[in-house]
Amino acid sequence: MEKISGARSLIKALEKQGVKEIFGLPGGANLPMYDELYKSNIRHILVRHEQSAAHMADGFGRVSRRAGVCFATSGPGATNIVTGLATANADSSPMVAITGQVPTAMIGRDAFQESDIIGIANPVVKYSFQPTKATDVPEVVKKGFYIAETGRPGAVLIDIPKDVQTNEAEIPFPEEVKIRGYHPWTDPDIVAIEKAIKLLLSSTKPVILAGGGVIISSAFAELQSLAEMLMIPVVSTFKGKGAFPENHTLSLGPIGMHGHAEANKIMSEADCVLAIGTRFSDRSVGRFDEFEKNLKIIHLDVDPAEIGKNQTTSVAIVGDVKASLRIFVKLLMQKAFKKTEENEWLKHVTEVKQYWRDNLKLHPGELTAAKILRKLREVMPAQSIVTTEVGQHQMWASLFYDVISPGTFFSSTGLGTMGWGFPAAIGAKAARPDLPVVDIAGDGSFNMTENSLATSVLDNLPVIVFLVNNYTLGMVAQWQRTFYDRRMIGVDQKQCPDYCKLAESYGAQGIRVGDLNELGQAIKAGLKSNVATVIDIPIDPEEDVLPFVAPGTSLKDMILPS
Amino acid sequence: MWAILSILVENKPGILFKVTHLFRSRNFNIDSISVGVTQNPEFSKMTITTIGDEKQIEQIVKQLDKMIDTIEVKRLDDKKTVFRELSLFRVKVSKPSDSMEINNIANSFGAKVHDARRDSIMVALTATPEQINNLQELLAPYEILDIARTGVAALQRGGD
Ligand SMILES: Cc1ncc(C[n+]2csc(CCOP(=O)(O)OP(=O)(O)O)c2C)c(N)n1
Repeated sequence: MEKISGARSLIKALEKQGVKEIFGLPGGANLPMYDELYKSNIRHILVRHEQSAAHMADGFGRVSRRAGVCFATSGPGATNIVTGLATANADSSPMVAITGQVPTAMIGRDAFQESDIIGIANPVVKYSFQPTKATDVPEVVKKGFYIAETGRPGAVLIDIPKDVQTNEAEIPFPEEVKIRGYHPWTDPDIVAIEKAIKLLLSSTKPVILAGGGVIISSAFAELQSLAEMLMIPVVSTFKGKGAFPENHTLSLGPIGMHGHAEANKIMSEADCVLAIGTRFSDRSVGRFDEFEKNLKIIHLDVDPAEIGKNQTTSVAIVGDVKASLRIFVKLLMQKAFKKTEENEWLKHVTEVKQYWRDNLKLHPGELTAAKILRKLREVMPAQSIVTTEVGQHQMWASLFYDVISPGTFFSSTGLGTMGWGFPAAIGAKAARPDLPVVDIAGDGSFNMTENSLATSVLDNLPVIVFLVNNYTLGMVAQWQRTFYDRRMIGVDQKQCPDYCKLAESYGAQGIRVGDLNELGQAIKAGLKSNVATVIDIPIDPEEDVLPFVAPGTSLKDMILPS
Repeated sequence: MWAILSILVENKPGILFKVTHLFRSRNFNIDSISVGVTQNPEFSKMTITTIGDEKQIEQIVKQLDKMIDTIEVKRLDDKKTVFRELSLFRVKVSKPSDSMEINNIANSFGAKVHDARRDSIMVALTATPEQINNLQELLAPYEILDIARTGVAALQRGGD
C-alpha cells in the first residue's frame, strides 16, 4: 500500500463519499487539507465568514438530503461555525463540518489559535470526532457521514489536528463502518399503526399535524394519500410548512405562535391528532398542558426520545416517517376503507377556513406583507426553493406564501438564526442550480450575512433576496409595541446601508420597488439574472404579524388583528 | 423518585464528559455517579443515580440511549439489584469515651475502623446510600471532620 498523508486521505474519503462542493475558508491549521483540495475536482466555494460556510452546507443538506460539507480552520475559524452547527442540528439537517486543529502535541497548551472545539460544540452536534492518527481519517469520515445522514439527521464535527493531516501512512479506506451504539433504523411498528388507525377512525374531529420529519423523509406522497383516504384536514408546524401542498383543499397551514387563524382554531377544537415528525415545539403548540387537554395524541417520530418529551401520547409510533406512513396507507387499503367526503367535521373545517381566508383583517397600504408575499408566490414558479431569515418577514412568509410543491420551503425554525437564510439559499442553489431560489429576508437578518453576496456573485450561485425592509428589527419592535408599552430600544436600523448600492458594490443587482407592479418586474428580473438580485421592498415599520399566540398561552387564545 | 441507571459506554476519552453534559444540558439531576472499566476493556460501566418523576426518568433513559457512545442503558429495579456505595468518614474524638462509642456505632453497621488516632477516627462503610446516611446521622454528634463517598455501583442479581 502506498503511503499518503492524512489530508490526502481526507479529500479522497470525501470524494468517495460523493462530495462535489465544499464551503469554507482556510487558515494555518487546515492548510494541508486545502492543499489537497487544490488537487481535487471537488469545488471549493469561498465564503467571507465561516458562519456562512456552515449555513451554506446546511442549506445544501436540507435540499439535497445529503450532508453538506464545510471547512474552517482552528480557533476562531472553528468557533465561527458553532452557530451554523447549532442551527443545522436543531433542525435535523445533515451536515459535516471539518475543522483544522493545532498539532496534537500542542493540544491543551493554549497554543495560538487553539480552541477546544470538540468541547464547545458538544451540546450542539449529533456527534464529533477528533482523529489522532492519519490512519483513522477515512473511517472517521465514513462514520461522520453515516451519522449525519441517517436516523434523525444532524450536524457532525470532524476536528483534525495539523500533524494528523500531514503525517503519512498506509491508510485503509473502509467500505463499511459499524458503530456499536448507533442504531438509526427501527422496523415500522405495525401494531402501533393498527392502534393509531383505530383511534383515528373512532374520533370525530381528527387532524393531521405534519412536522419537519415529513420533509426530512420526503414522505409527501404518503402523507397526501393518507390525508385524502381519511379526508382529514392537515395542519403543519412551521417547520413542516409545505410538507403538504398548501393549495390543497384539506390544507390549513401552519399552527403556532404565528400560525394561520384557521389552523390554530381547528387544532384547538380537534379531539385526536396524528402528529408526524414533530417535536411539539413550544412555538407550535403554545402551552403544553393546554395543548394535550381533551386531545388524543398519536405521535409518529424516528427519534424515540421525542416520544413523551413534551406531550403525553395515546399511541406512540417510533419509526421512519415514510416507511411508517406507507404501512398506514397499506393497512387502510386492506381494510377497504371508504373515505367520507361529507361529514360534519369536514364541513365545519371548510367553513372555518373560508371564514378566515375572507375575513382576516390585513394591514392597509400598497406594499404590505400580505400583498408582497402573494405577489412573490404569483410570480415564482411552483417548484422554486424558498429560504427565510428570522423575524416578521419569516412569519409573514408562513402566513401569505403558500408552498405548492412539497419540500421547497426551508427556515431556521429550531434555533431561529438571523442571517441563516441568505447563505442557506446559496447552498440550496449549489444543490439545485436548475431551480430558482429566493431568500425571504428582513433587513436586520440580511445585514448579518450579506457579505455572502461576494460568494453568490463570484461562485456563480445567483439567488433572489426578497428584502422585506422595515428598517427595523421588526419582530422585536412588535414585541416592544405589544408587551413593553412601546418602549422602543435597540431596534431602529435607520436607512443604513443602502441595500441597492450594497448589492451593486458586490457586482450583484439591487432593485428598489415602490409598488406591486414594480415588484413583479423586479422578481422577473431576478429570475432571469445570472447574479444575485436584492429586491429592496420598503414597508411600513409599524406593520404587525397577526394572528399572534402570545408566549405561555394556548392556541385558542390567539390575538387577532382588530 | 430515586432511580439507578446502569450505562454501558465505549471506554474512550471524553465519554464521561458527554454523559454528564447531557444531564446538565437537559436539566436533569445527577445524584451520584461511579465509573469503572468492565471485564472487556473496550467498555466502561457507569452507574448513575438520579431523582425525578416517572416521566423525567423515562426521558433521561431515552436521551442516554440516543447517545452514540452508549451501548446499553438499563434502569435497574432496586429490588432485583445489588447496589453499594463506599463511604469514608473522619470523625472527631473529643474525649476518651468517644473512641469506644464511635467504634460501637461502626460495628453495628458492619463498618470498618481505620486510622484510629487520639483526636480522630476514620470509619469506612460499604453499604446502600440509605445505610450510609443512617451511619452519618449517628456520627454527626461527634463532629464529622471529613467525608468521601464514591457514588453507587450497581449490578442486577443473577437468576432473571
Ligand atoms: C442571531 C440572532 N440574534 C437575535 C435574534 C432575535 N431576533 C428575532 S427576530 C429579530 C428581528 C429580526 O429583524 P429583521 O431581520 O429585520 O426582520 P423583521 O422582523 O423586521 O422582518 C431579532 C433581533 C435572532 N433570532 N437571531
